[in-house]
Amino acid sequence: MLKKKVAMLLAAAMVAATVVGCGGGDDAKTDAPADDAKTEAPADDAADDAADAPADDAADDAADAPADDAADDAKTEAPAADGELIKVGIINNDPNESGYRTANDKDLQEMFCEANGYEADFQYSKKNDEQITFAQNMLTKGIDYLLISAADTAGWDGVLQDAQAAGTEVILFDRVIDADESLYAASIVSDMEKEGQTAVDWLAGQGLDEYNIIHIQGQMGTAAQQGRTKALDEKVAAEDNWKLVVQQTGDWNADNAKQVVQSVIDSGEKFNVIYAENDDMAKGAVAALDAANISHGVDKDVIVMGFDCNKWALEELLAGNWNYDGQCNPFQASYIDEVIKSLEAGEEIAEKTIIMDEKGFDAKEITQEDVDNYGI
Amino acid sequence: MQKNEVKKPNESMLSRMVRHQMFIPVLALVILAVFNLIADPAFFKITVGQNSSGNMVLQGFLISILNDGSELAILAIGMTLVTAASGGQDISVGAAVAIAGSVLLRILGGGNSRPEELAAPIIVAFLVSCLVAMLFGAFNGVLVAYFKIQPMIATLILYTAGRSIAAWINNNELPVITDPSLGYYGGFIPGVPIPTPFFIAAICVAIIFLVLKFTNLGLYTQSVGINENSAKLNGLNPQVIKVITYVIMGLCVAVVGLIKVSRISTINYSTIAKDIEMDAILAVALGGNALSGGKFNMAASIFGAYVIQFLTSTLYKFKVSSDALPAYKAVVVIVLVVISAPTVKEWFGNVTKKFKVKEVA
Repeated sequence: MLKKKVAMLLAAAMVAATVVGCGGGDDAKTDAPADDAKTEAPADDAADDAADAPADDAADDAADAPADDAADDAKTEAPAADGELIKVGIINNDPNESGYRTANDKDLQEMFCEANGYEADFQYSKKNDEQITFAQNMLTKGIDYLLISAADTAGWDGVLQDAQAAGTEVILFDRVIDADESLYAASIVSDMEKEGQTAVDWLAGQGLDEYNIIHIQGQMGTAAQQGRTKALDEKVAAEDNWKLVVQQTGDWNADNAKQVVQSVIDSGEKFNVIYAENDDMAKGAVAALDAANISHGVDKDVIVMGFDCNKWALEELLAGNWNYDGQCNPFQASYIDEVIKSLEAGEEIAEKTIIMDEKGFDAKEITQEDVDNYGI
Repeated sequence: MQKNEVKKPNESMLSRMVRHQMFIPVLALVILAVFNLIADPAFFKITVGQNSSGNMVLQGFLISILNDGSELAILAIGMTLVTAASGGQDISVGAAVAIAGSVLLRILGGGNSRPEELAAPIIVAFLVSCLVAMLFGAFNGVLVAYFKIQPMIATLILYTAGRSIAAWINNNELPVITDPSLGYYGGFIPGVPIPTPFFIAAICVAIIFLVLKFTNLGLYTQSVGINENSAKLNGLNPQVIKVITYVIMGLCVAVVGLIKVSRISTINYSTIAKDIEMDAILAVALGGNALSGGKFNMAASIFGAYVIQFLTSTLYKFKVSSDALPAYKAVVVIVLVVISAPTVKEWFGNVTKKFKVKEVA
């Protein structure tokens, strides 16, 4: 038993050590201003000011105090109108999951920090049950808003009901949950089917005589895979000159995608389109093409399509090596911020489901500006 | 490796063959090969073509198998030793590959995620990644050897945390290296028509065979695996030997990290070498090695690794649908593992013996 405990402690320590960033930093900061003011401000009521009084008073008091860091800390609080931070609990998937998630997490970290009037608690897990536990802990601690990007669509009813009972507003981002609409305030999501449809429409617009497509799917069962597959499946079923040479999962993995394409090349079958459901897999596919000297890109033999708009992928587009990249917009923080602001102001949310604006980039039209603005 | 196999004079050729450890992997390969030959003889066609950088290279399914199976073969070396010495498996291999790859890219990019040129020679970066991977290997080894934690539990720590550590090494950035020389290790060296990973694997295999032949590593590993106490009484230090096998595993991991990163010139922390530990363990099992440790046959493990890749390529070739792929693999795995289980083998041996006795009577 002892050995197991030691092992688990070590594991916990290592995991904790890797979660660096706003999450850990915030806790420390929220305590700091009050403490500093208490110990260093000369006025005897400074402590009360710092805790309860309007933020600018606290800032003034603290500024009089000799310690510079006290002033700095107090100032960061200032933007919040009444000096109280809005408490948000954010449950996200593992930021290392993909470039998309990394960008998503960074965007949230930048938005939900003290400078913007938020006190945020970030928790990460790619497992649904762990996420649910995190949510329940947050509700017990008491938060104003609960933001969830659920690992799985099911099992959240209990948490959402608890949140409602506790008066905590729930906002879903990035992924939807199977739950009654009345249980959450808003959901801000990507429409994966629309992403697929945009891509397929673009492909149809290329006016090829024949479409022989290598379709490399994402991890089976994920929303992104289902949405991006659906549009293509429908088109292939509807058109006579659209054919899937192979439809195989690459599990979002470049290496697997390379093997799938390699296998088609080795068997000598003809193809002229690669429809990869993320950038990594498109990259793997291109590696296989390069090894066999099959030309790809703008006005070449094979059309290469990817998704997610990683910066390096958009650069491939700019260089004409790929043809198309569909955006999956990770920047939800500003949308969430807007929803919270209007809820704070007591306004009704006009639409519960907010679908984010997402583009598809064509290698022929993309500019350096697009790469800088939309690359993740 | 099977020097100590006792040859009974009255045993038939067939039953000796069946009892040989290489029998199962070879049989599996033959079945797969025959199946492919009947279904489509073009499977075995090897052609010479040009790649996009203008080199003449060999192409074909067999070349792809040798190419893609290399990582698995290299990992099988380490996994065999770890299994033999500690009687358990290292399940942190995939995560450790992510760490090694991340270190490699960090050094090459010099902290810049999109370097114009390499910040350090590849060999330097590779040596540093070897060092880091061996340290993590030693960490696993110490947990197993000195703290006597079950290998699967001990390596679970790194399995869980490894990919986060890998991401943290590069500040969560995904460095992309544009320098073509990095691509040589996972692709082709200009002027050489055979994929480089195959050479790397061949070098690793040659080294481990020389080590096993000219040092006592093999003997010591097996004695520790068979009976730790008697090994101790004979003057061996079981702890040190166990740690050494995990460090060697770390070295294998670093080599695989180089190949994996080189293949795509970048990294994805969550998908690089995903689930590769399971295939590596399977390679060891397929080679007829007891997963509970002790005696091992290195050649059989390495051969097993290529058989697994052969199977994967065959499934891709026949375009087994995405949903069904794991199921097919599982069925094949079950069959292979069951027939290579010692009890089934014994039963096979008895049956052939009885058959022979009857014939004589």
